[in-house]
Amino acid sequence: MTLTGILIIAAGLIGIGVYGALSQQSFVMLMMGLELIVNGVLLTTVGFWSLTAAGIPEGQLLAIIVMAVMAVEMAVGFALVVAVYRQRQVDMTDSLNTMKH
Amino acid sequence: MSGVDIAFWLLGGVALVSGWRVFRTDSMVRASFLLLLSFVAVGVMMLLLGATYLGYATLFMMAVEMMVMALFMVMFMMNPAGLNPMNMVHQHGLAIAAGVITFVGLSALALAVDLPAQPLPAATAVIPRLGHELLGDSMLVFESAGVTLLATMICSVILSSRSGRFGPSDIGSVPPPLDPDELDPDEIDPEEQGETEGNSA
Repeated sequence: MTLTGILIIAAGLIGIGVYGALSQQSFVMLMMGLELIVNGVLLTTVGFWSLTAAGIPEGQLLAIIVMAVMAVEMAVGFALVVAVYRQRQVDMTDSLNTMKH
Repeated sequence: MSGVDIAFWLLGGVALVSGWRVFRTDSMVRASFLLLLSFVAVGVMMLLLGATYLGYATLFMMAVEMMVMALFMVMFMMNPAGLNPMNMVHQHGLAIAAGVITFVGLSALALAVDLPAQPLPAATAVIPRLGHELLGDSMLVFESAGVTLLATMICSVILSSRSGRFGPSDIGSVPPPLDPDELDPDEIDPEEQGETEGNSA
């Protein structure tokens, strides 16, 4: 269990998340991509805390902040999905084109 | 290679494969549970790294969050049961390229940089130290996170609620016609609509 191994696995999670966030047409699937990115960030944070920082408590605090960001992203994302669905009866990102030039 | 190492690489494999299958399955509910599996694998990896509190918190938080996500899938999305093939993607080539570049770039960085090695001492009391940090020196940061979550709750309710103070929130959002002659005199005024609804209620 090396830090390099952890970082490579986290890079894989972030890469898959970037692919999902850019490619998916459905709002909720797009949010799943964002969740995977934050998942990778969380693993990286804990890996650095455990293997390079000698377990200083601030590292765990940073991981808790990352988890809070994850919760905020999910809650606001779902609320936006509900708001858009109520307004337009759509659940696809391609349907929201009013701000396109 | 010790048992912990083997478990670590197996869990890493599970996290990556289930994360990839999220975007390849036909059922959206199944996609939520695959994402949950990826999070569970990462949570157990965090336990292996010694972050006991964070690992269990991730497991519990993600179990609940993915259940909510699965419910959303059933409520809003087409094809929640995966009865038909599903491949709803756009700009697919660009997305694959971006994902691969991200992975290769971050991995190259991880391999190239000489990282310091200061592992967690075996006898560290991880959870008490976290508790003292949260309610001691870093209390302001911790409380700010709490207030942010409260603001998120209020924001989510406002965004997802249909009725506002001045009537239904989506009536006022309909753009008016550009030509004044096209204005329909019988069109419902949002403020009157709100009052009518308020009176009838």
